[in-house]
Amino acid sequence: MTNSWTDIKNTDLVVIMGGNAAEAQPCGFKWVTEAKANRGAKLIVVDPRFTRSASVADMYAPIRQGTDIAFLLGVIKYCIDNDKVQWQYTKAFTNASYIIKEGFGYQDGLFTGYDEAKRDYNRSTWEYEIGPDGFVVADDTLQHPRCVWNLLKKHIAIYTPETVERICGTPKEKFLKVAQMISECSSPTKTMTSMYALGWTQHSKGSQNIRCMAMLQLILGNIGVRGGGMNALRGHSNIQGLTDIGLMSNLIPGYLTLPTEREPTFDVYMSTRGFKPLRPGQMSYWQNYKKFFVSFLKAMYGPAATAENGFAYDYLPKLDVPAYDVLRAFELMHAGKMNGYFCQGFNPLLSFPNRKKLTAALSKLKWLVTMDPLETETSRFWENHGEFNDVDPSKIQTEVFQLPTTCFAEDEGSLTNSGRWLQWHWAGGTPPGESKLDSWIMAQLYLRLKALYQKEGGKVPEPIVNLDWRYKDPGEPSAQELAKELNGSVLEDVLDPNDPTKVVLAKGKQVVSFAVLRDDGKTACGCWIYSGCYNEAGNNMARRDNSDPDDTGAFSKWAFSWPVSRRILYNRASADINGKPWDPTRKLLEWNGTAWTGYDVPDIAPGAKPDVVGPFIMNPEGTARLFTRGMMRDGPFPAHYEPFEAPIANVIAPKIRGNPVARVFKGDMEQFGDAKEFPYAATSYRLTEHFHFWTKHVQINASLQPEFFVEISEQLAKEKNIRSGGWVRVWSKRGSVKAKAVVTKRITPLICDGKTVHIVGIPLHWGFTGAAKKGFGPNSLTPYVGDANIETPEYKAFLVDIEPIVGPVA
Amino acid sequence: MAFNFELPNPNTKDPKTNLGEADLVRRSASSVPAPARQLTPVAKLIDVSKCIGCKACQSACLEWNDMREPVGINRGVYDNPEDLTPNMFTLMRFTEWVNPETKNLEWLIRKDGCMHCADPGCLKACPAPGAIVQYSNGIVDFVHENCIGCGYCVKGCPFNIPRISQADHKAYKCTLCSDRVAVGQGPACAKACPTHAIVFGTKDEMKKHAEGRIKDLKSRGYQNAGLYDPPGVGGTHVMYVLHHADKPEIYANLAKDPRISPIVELWKGMTKYAGLAAMGAFAVIGLVHHVVTGANRVSPEDEENAKKLTGGRA
Amino acid sequence: MTAYDVESGDNVHPGNPVTVDRYTPGARVNHWITAISLVLLALSGLALFTPALFFLTGLFGGGQWTRTIHPWIGVVLFFSFAGMFLRFWKANLWKSEDGTWMARLRDVLTGHEEKLPEVGKYNAGQKVVFWAMSILIIILITSGFVIWDQYFAQYSTIDQKRVAILIHALAAVAIICVWIVHVYAAIWVRGTIGAMTRGQVTGGWAWRHHRKWLRELVGGKSH
Repeated sequence: MTNSWTDIKNTDLVVIMGGNAAEAQPCGFKWVTEAKANRGAKLIVVDPRFTRSASVADMYAPIRQGTDIAFLLGVIKYCIDNDKVQWQYTKAFTNASYIIKEGFGYQDGLFTGYDEAKRDYNRSTWEYEIGPDGFVVADDTLQHPRCVWNLLKKHIAIYTPETVERICGTPKEKFLKVAQMISECSSPTKTMTSMYALGWTQHSKGSQNIRCMAMLQLILGNIGVRGGGMNALRGHSNIQGLTDIGLMSNLIPGYLTLPTEREPTFDVYMSTRGFKPLRPGQMSYWQNYKKFFVSFLKAMYGPAATAENGFAYDYLPKLDVPAYDVLRAFELMHAGKMNGYFCQGFNPLLSFPNRKKLTAALSKLKWLVTMDPLETETSRFWENHGEFNDVDPSKIQTEVFQLPTTCFAEDEGSLTNSGRWLQWHWAGGTPPGESKLDSWIMAQLYLRLKALYQKEGGKVPEPIVNLDWRYKDPGEPSAQELAKELNGSVLEDVLDPNDPTKVVLAKGKQVVSFAVLRDDGKTACGCWIYSGCYNEAGNNMARRDNSDPDDTGAFSKWAFSWPVSRRILYNRASADINGKPWDPTRKLLEWNGTAWTGYDVPDIAPGAKPDVVGPFIMNPEGTARLFTRGMMRDGPFPAHYEPFEAPIANVIAPKIRGNPVARVFKGDMEQFGDAKEFPYAATSYRLTEHFHFWTKHVQINASLQPEFFVEISEQLAKEKNIRSGGWVRVWSKRGSVKAKAVVTKRITPLICDGKTVHIVGIPLHWGFTGAAKKGFGPNSLTPYVGDANIETPEYKAFLVDIEPIVGPVA
Repeated sequence: MAFNFELPNPNTKDPKTNLGEADLVRRSASSVPAPARQLTPVAKLIDVSKCIGCKACQSACLEWNDMREPVGINRGVYDNPEDLTPNMFTLMRFTEWVNPETKNLEWLIRKDGCMHCADPGCLKACPAPGAIVQYSNGIVDFVHENCIGCGYCVKGCPFNIPRISQADHKAYKCTLCSDRVAVGQGPACAKACPTHAIVFGTKDEMKKHAEGRIKDLKSRGYQNAGLYDPPGVGGTHVMYVLHHADKPEIYANLAKDPRISPIVELWKGMTKYAGLAAMGAFAVIGLVHHVVTGANRVSPEDEENAKKLTGGRA
Repeated sequence: MTAYDVESGDNVHPGNPVTVDRYTPGARVNHWITAISLVLLALSGLALFTPALFFLTGLFGGGQWTRTIHPWIGVVLFFSFAGMFLRFWKANLWKSEDGTWMARLRDVLTGHEEKLPEVGKYNAGQKVVFWAMSILIIILITSGFVIWDQYFAQYSTIDQKRVAILIHALAAVAIICVWIVHVYAAIWVRGTIGAMTRGQVTGGWAWRHHRKWLRELVGGKSH
């Protein structure tokens, strides 16, 4: 989230699209209720299904899954055509006026530079024109034909309400009503918040779905303001923490990137991370990259990381592919190239697509270790459970080790919520049986590995034997110690350069924040964005002061919010070019002539002059990008692409299947179904009664939603002679499931490009372990393809067929 | 805002109970002395327009009352379990309703459970002394050690709420968490409700809060939004804010004008008195008759006649 | 004249006094099972009928036991009474003299039996009791099943149960009244109780109250 859960109460309009907050985040959804009840805010829900969120919405519009970009570009076009643009904001705070290089273009669904064989673009033309001064050329009048604004207008010209209806199936009058409601938020005193989740990410163009809404929010002037923002709703209580702390295969903590094999040395690595400002006077905060990176290496390797050895840069693995994401990992397993798998707090057998392939892949492993508080399906993938897990254990030689762990309520630590709040928690119960803390298990493994490396040597032992492991009990580092390490500390006294008698940073102290981190090895910091969470003031994550002066929703003394307890990112943009708040009733920051003051920690240098330094300091431009240069693999602007399995051809570019640059492994393309064979558009989702595959182990939750089902419209039920509560079989090119049918008015057929598209809704939550009735997950059906940029699998749009069956004999 | 939604956390240090026998205003099949004090009437307000049907209330209810509901099956709807049970005192009932005026679908989700009537039909019907009680704050509670499991409360209730356990043959229903209210807390469901669709306070506060909600709903086009506090049962201590208060029946058959069934009134009223009178009358008439006419004895002549009859033959 | 209301086992023994076998041991056992059931049902039913009599549940081991046992006694009563019905229904068919007897109810109540027509094994009053019992027991068992929630809750709606429980209560009141009449008559007409204890009445009793029946018995013997 750019903002926070509590800030949602400040909004005038909530748009839930690509998510279902009432269903999946019911506790956070209370802030929507607050905004509605106390501010008179309106709620719009755009979804293929009439969801629980829709049940309390002021406006619901149906949309075919996987067509959000067409819808949103249509809304952007509506806003521009109707002059519903926050012009001052757009002109001053976005790159609308920047000139793009000659040669950039878009035709027939493709941007310039496409290489069909590589399924990739040469992105060199997707770039600004740089002037002789080294800065981007801009045309503040927005007249230049190659300025971002005019390219954008040209790019979205086709997304008329009629085209939107043709692609999305959203009736024109409903689309126009939604667009009109959204466009009202272009007023500087009206804000809209976007709440989205996996409904946008789990597509082969998931990143572009989100970008598209971000662009809309920018031209409405809704980023950085109270009640605005792009608010990703996290599913796991700590999934935000997962990405923050660098658990992505291509990241290290704090969104620093793991080196690639094209970056053999520290200097080569740093050479592309200079982040020189692209506009005069800009801040370009990533210029501090080296401080964060060196401090990270010092936190990892301590004394072994020295200036001489590039701070042990060599110890870091170097990527030979863009990422070892889960899809690639299972592809490698499936190909017999990965023989062991450590599965910690993860249930891929139900969580990743194409279950048949996953089972085959796990069966080829030599060993599998699962670490989980629950008996996951993955840990039992080899066990026969009739049709629910139809495997022959005698044919599976994988050795499986199940290590029971504690669950969040049984240990101490912090969880990072959607709003970037690090909230400390304490153990509420005693772990049952043999279960152990994850940190205990990892430490024990580490100590044994280290001993082996010390004794036997082996290939590249240094990263293991030199890991800085100075904990009070090396066998069980405490949550406090780990948190302190993430915060960072001073390793050597730092003296004032002007007065060497003065110690600026004293050795052994916790750093106050990342602002004091150094690139000379005198500071260590495990995760720069978390710096400040546990400094000399104590454990700031454990703060429980819920005072909120002037009811701004900031709650600035509650826990810790990264970075530096800032509650709203880009909050400088809540004030105009002169530093005056756009909406005085929703003031966040204000320039008082010499400094920024207000309710939140400024997201800019406190003394940065408003008319000089742009608000988006993480970009070298200082502005937000409507045109994203070469940063995204599938285009500088979002464009409509169908899902890989779509009920109709791409209306704009009929020859293109799916996202033209999404990675497809060999053999998986053949496993995509087409609309002739599989006529119905399926989507998967969660239900509020359950949390993933966990709560089916809990008797109460299991009793509240006991059995796997699929949802279809009354029309499809009639056509297929399916009875509500009766049994159906649903199958795709990759698998088949049996389920109960829920026939509902909440799903209606959509007319897309003249064709009736029936939707089949498939919730997840059921498996073959736990207290609930045994069932299937949608991943038996879903295709093995992910988002072009970050490889999140396309769970939200695929094709199936359905038929009524006689149920299994009880 | 006058009313604070946040319900207090459990007082673990000094959990003094403030609700007892002395606060009873009614006791089934028996009478109670007039209470020395009058507690402020409380109420739970369920704002159907804010409810997202998450079932947190059901979960909290099972947890607090330490009940467990068996894992059932899917019957083509979201309602689970399919009905109230002796374990499940509250239930989200889902209705898909197409508004004939707007042609828009509305997914109406009503939390069903005991309404805590001011004039409780269950209590009226109950034959077991002290099995059902009503406190001066409005809570109607079942006292299980006195319950005989006859199911009369089921017949007395205008809302079809009580359920008889097949395990211990006692009647169960929502207690409005009388045990929590007794120590200054609110019901578990209200505590768990993430959207404040369930709020708890004094009945006056709740009515006032409802007014604000109804105004908001009217401003959003729900012209018939209103409070459900049915006078037929003397008002209730569980109330609903409905977007379509003119049509409560669309909310999974919420009673439009609930009252204790006239048949039940007849049964527990006239029949009882008339029946006792009739039986008494018959007995008295017999007695009087006997006194007046004396016994009807066989006379010696009768015996003689019999002898003659048989003897004549002998 | 056909011996239309002589039941098997009825017999006359000349002597002093004359004795008449009125009820076989089987009939008597059957009657007393029915009688005990009816009394227990009345007691348990009344306990649930009005709070004033709830204390009667003490006789059955408390409210739970009373609630549990009452319907089962009802089943016993039903089958027991069914046995009696099979034994007695024929002799309880309505005859022409019964109308006359009923019309002279005043003479019945004042003990002027000489003004009444001769009647068979049962007089019109007994027949009314018999048929009233028969009908009320059918009503009670039927309505009883509707409100026997432990096993039959799901077979009826609450509205139906409400009607059933009202009918059950009314029928119960009626049957208790009929029972009072029945018992009172047996007490008032001395010599009657012996018929159901020892199985016999005196000839004089039969002559006085059921002369036609006596004549038939005597006449029957001559055949």
